[in-house]
Amino acid sequence: MQVPAPFDYARASSVDEALGLLERLGPEARLVAGGHSLLPMMKLRLATPEHLIDINPLAEELSYIREQGGEIRIGALTRHREILESDLLARHFPIMRDAEEMIADPPVRNRGTIGGALCQADPSEDLSAVCAALGGVAVIRGRSGERVVEMPDFHRGPYETAVEDAEMLVEVRIPLRPHGGSAYAKVKRRTGDWATAAAGAAVWLDGSSISAAGIALSAVNPSSVRSTRAEESLVGVAPSEEAFAAAAALAAEDCEPIGDLRGPADYKRHLARELTHRALRRAAERALAS
Amino acid sequence: MQINLTVNGERASADAEPRTLLVHFLRDHLRLTGTHWGCDTSNCGACVVLVDGEPVKSCTMLAAMADGHEVRTVEGLARGGELDPVQQGFIEEHGLQCGFCTPGMMLTARALLDANPKPSDEEIKVAISGQICRCTGYKNIVAAVHWAAEHPQEVSA
Amino acid sequence: MAVADERPIGFGRMKRKEDPRFVRGQGNYVDDVVLPGMLHGAALRSPLAHARIVSIDTSAALQHPKVRAVITGRDLEAQGLAWMPTLSADTQAVLATDKVRFQGQEVAFVVADDHYAARDALELIDVEYDPLTVVHDAHRALDADAPVIRDDKEGQTSNHIFDWEAGNEAETEAVFEDADVVVVTQEIPFQRVHPAPLETCGAVADYDAVTGKLRLWCTTQAPHAHRTLYALVAGLPENKIQVIAPDIGGGFGNKVPIYPGYVCAVVASIVTGHPVKWMEDRTENLTSTGFARDYLMRGKIAADRDGRIRALRVDVLADHGAFNATAQPSKYPAGFFHIFTGSYDLEAAYCTVRGVYTNKAPGGVAYRCSFRVTEAAYLVERMVDLLADELGMDPVELRMKSFIRSDQFPYTTKTGWEYDSGDYHATMREAMRIAGYDELRREQAEKRARGEYMGVGVSFFTETVGAGPRAKMDIAGLGMADGAELRVHPTGKAVLRISVKTQGQGHETTFAQIVAEELGIPPEDVEVVHGDTDQTPFGLGTYGSRSTPVSGGATAMVARKVRERARQVAAAALEVSPDDLEWEKGRWFVKGDREKGRTIQELALASHGALELPEGVEGHLDAVAVYDPPNLTYPYGAYICVVDVDPGTGEVKLRRFISVDDCGVRINPMVVEGQIHGGIAEGIGIALMQQIAFDEQGNCLSGSFMDYLVPSSLEVPDLELGATVTPSPHHPFGAKGVGESANVGAPPAVVNAVVDALEPFGVRHVDMPVTPARVWQAIHS
Repeated sequence: MQVPAPFDYARASSVDEALGLLERLGPEARLVAGGHSLLPMMKLRLATPEHLIDINPLAEELSYIREQGGEIRIGALTRHREILESDLLARHFPIMRDAEEMIADPPVRNRGTIGGALCQADPSEDLSAVCAALGGVAVIRGRSGERVVEMPDFHRGPYETAVEDAEMLVEVRIPLRPHGGSAYAKVKRRTGDWATAAAGAAVWLDGSSISAAGIALSAVNPSSVRSTRAEESLVGVAPSEEAFAAAAALAAEDCEPIGDLRGPADYKRHLARELTHRALRRAAERALAS
Repeated sequence: MQINLTVNGERASADAEPRTLLVHFLRDHLRLTGTHWGCDTSNCGACVVLVDGEPVKSCTMLAAMADGHEVRTVEGLARGGELDPVQQGFIEEHGLQCGFCTPGMMLTARALLDANPKPSDEEIKVAISGQICRCTGYKNIVAAVHWAAEHPQEVSA
Repeated sequence: MAVADERPIGFGRMKRKEDPRFVRGQGNYVDDVVLPGMLHGAALRSPLAHARIVSIDTSAALQHPKVRAVITGRDLEAQGLAWMPTLSADTQAVLATDKVRFQGQEVAFVVADDHYAARDALELIDVEYDPLTVVHDAHRALDADAPVIRDDKEGQTSNHIFDWEAGNEAETEAVFEDADVVVVTQEIPFQRVHPAPLETCGAVADYDAVTGKLRLWCTTQAPHAHRTLYALVAGLPENKIQVIAPDIGGGFGNKVPIYPGYVCAVVASIVTGHPVKWMEDRTENLTSTGFARDYLMRGKIAADRDGRIRALRVDVLADHGAFNATAQPSKYPAGFFHIFTGSYDLEAAYCTVRGVYTNKAPGGVAYRCSFRVTEAAYLVERMVDLLADELGMDPVELRMKSFIRSDQFPYTTKTGWEYDSGDYHATMREAMRIAGYDELRREQAEKRARGEYMGVGVSFFTETVGAGPRAKMDIAGLGMADGAELRVHPTGKAVLRISVKTQGQGHETTFAQIVAEELGIPPEDVEVVHGDTDQTPFGLGTYGSRSTPVSGGATAMVARKVRERARQVAAAALEVSPDDLEWEKGRWFVKGDREKGRTIQELALASHGALELPEGVEGHLDAVAVYDPPNLTYPYGAYICVVDVDPGTGEVKLRRFISVDDCGVRINPMVVEGQIHGGIAEGIGIALMQQIAFDEQGNCLSGSFMDYLVPSSLEVPDLELGATVTPSPHHPFGAKGVGESANVGAPPAVVNAVVDALEPFGVRHVDMPVTPARVWQAIHS
């Protein structure tokens, strides 16, 4: 098997300690939580940090899913499996369970964390699109305190986030709004594969029309940005197949797929449209039922 | 660094580099070779062990991260010389051919049955969906888990 | 179906004897072997597909405190070991000297105290390359301006390896020229794939300089053949080489060749004076060890308008990679591809196969292909479906019209194969019954009317396996006949020594069952010894579904010899003539006086005891046999696959898979079914998701399980198995072998199903792997 290059190992037992270590050890130090993004890269020697800071002991502090202040707050160290099994999340944001059912596989979900996934910022990573579609925000803590960043600003590009040196993501917050529905649709070549294309959609109703919409695609953009033109096309409109089709067409126009072994760019652009439509349809069904 | 964990109910300790993966700690340092490996990218699941009762790919965990935790390997499935029902189930239903994926499959089955004593076909297939078998086509593995569910005897987690 | 209470003495369902150690995690695989003082080797590999080696600087690696040795091609050259022969009478570099010829080729070998340090040391070796133009496309390999990859071979002026043909061109072309036939032509590539057993390849070499003995634990499906080849190549006396294949975590043909890593481990052991372990990682396995298929085929089929198939022609371009290392009988450079006439009674047939070198890993014959039978079956079953589409006929109806009839067996094909036995119509009907074929077609029609797309795909295959008669079949000059040795101890317990090497096929059980069937000794009382060349007779190993046909034949023969010896002993004990004795399983008794007999256990004791034996009758109950099969065997089957296609995304969902196999007599139906389950899963993977792909620089794009996709539990539908039994008339107990059947029959069934689903869109063919992207492109082109 391929194995990592040598490194020093430290274990943090609090967020403050982790931040202190990051500051002291400098940019050659990386945090490791679930390890299922970082360790594979280290084994292939694509990443060779000199120091690893194990933050798994922070589960007490950073692993939770709770309703607070009109939001659902998810600790950064919450495992994929916990998100999948959370009835609280399934009730308010079914898009989360939709997505988690199709992320990786059970043993990986036992370890991987939402913080790890978001901070890895792989363009095909699903939770980034999910949080963006839901209008979520990221809470980043540094030595001088916390700051809150909207998801589109959190993701700066492939493998690049707003988390600076000596900072860490501690929480994701998703606002609770009434009469909402959400859904995720994904095409992959096989169980556990990254998405060929995926779409997350959320709609909120005011009476019989859509008051707000969130649409974010995965794997067809350099990072999971929101499809703002598509979202805007739905505001003030009654949910209908025509409305979904129009929004999906805009989302497809605005994405930037790259051809690869999963398929050529025109196929992925088609999927962007197809999956956005399907996700919107399902999200609207759920909103109407809520 | 010194790494201390509990393996199959007993304290286990060894000096190993921080970069030592849990799978190699088990195989090379503790000489428990029942846990296998089959890839470099955390896809195949041949290395699955139970960490605090949950299936984990031991190739994607540092031994250091398991320090202080409980690990169960295939060597810890049988109790007092008696096979666990999942082990017997794999024999009864021809759930193994070359045997290489089998330790991980059995441990995942054990964890599944502990949480869900009467799983459906679909639930079993999902539970093992992160672990590759090249020999059986999975059909008899599912049958083996059903057999264990139907013959639970007195063995449990 | 549980087999808890079944304990047949002979053939039948029974639990496997080998399972107790595996379920306890006590299997002994090569990476479990640990010897005192053992070192670890790792191979440095070329990042480029074609380049001249300018320099190799190993000095930094040698400075690493845990590194004991670094071996390069130049070091091997001094010993005449830089090149080794392949199983196809070509040569392959052990470590590159002048050039690298595929990405992943071995360039240097480090030996260190532990395997982590060995990996670190690889990064300390500095190789300078001078890139050369890459031949990545077999179609361009023979272009005038293509660089000559094998400029190491004297007289090699192009990338051409061989041309081969079978059948009759003139007769075949004459049919195509007939004005009244319908002709369909189609390009049908079979993509490069890889067997990817879960355990990668590896070896532990332990050379003892004092005794001159080499012990080599190795993931090999053919330990004796390897031993002989090491003796020939390395100049070590063959009786001082012991090859031990312990438990193997899957082979599927990937573990037949001798790989450079094994040779380097042997050299490293000699050089360092320590045992040396080399285990490749998954990337190395996928990018450098024996791949499978890569046959670029063009088929041309002709039939009368009423659907009687008349002729089939195939022209093949075979991509062999940088070295011709395919493993098949030496007289057959295209393996058994000329079984492409399949299950049909044709008037004429012809094929050409042209092999070329490319800058890719060597291989081609692997992955349960029965020596290219998978390629042949895929070709013919796709062509027949294309014909059905052209004629507007149901694909089963078309097949039934042209199947070889049961009264035509033994049947000699237009390409020279003598099929032993079969009742194709009965097997096809059985598959249709299990599937509910007519009901499926009704459902399909209803769904089409609603804009839903389901497909029903059929494949009917005939394989040729169990190589083979030694006069016709040898690999590297070693005839494909197998030995067996049987010894029955005084207390009636037996030890059977066989030459084949299971990688999961259950030989410790099934071969004990053969002895049980012949002698009436319970399988629990028969120990099967295998895998260690010091302990077992010579044979050519396990692949090509040959274990049961050949080694099973040897086992039956040797058991019958023991039975005959037992008859002599019984005659002496009962004071009758041997001709007055009759056999029922487990005992000889006096004809007409059933009570007067001796069990085999009693005869074992008697044969070792003080009983006086007549002149010419030897004591003990031992025998040795070598079985030279008179012919190959011809298992066959009918498969039906049901799929549902989502045209919006191109996704294919497998709903059902029905397989009816006829492999003759079944030793252990439970084991047979397991082989079929696994083969179907492999076939599904090949049809829908597997490909070893390259870019134009020869970079391998499928070097990990992230991109080389094999089916998980969620990709395999419920499998419905049926069986018919048409014994092989020439095999000692009528068995044909089944290990590869499902990998032969499944891919065309799946592809035929998808194409059938897409028929309303005018789709006639989709190349494998039939990914969602390809389905969508087919719909929209």
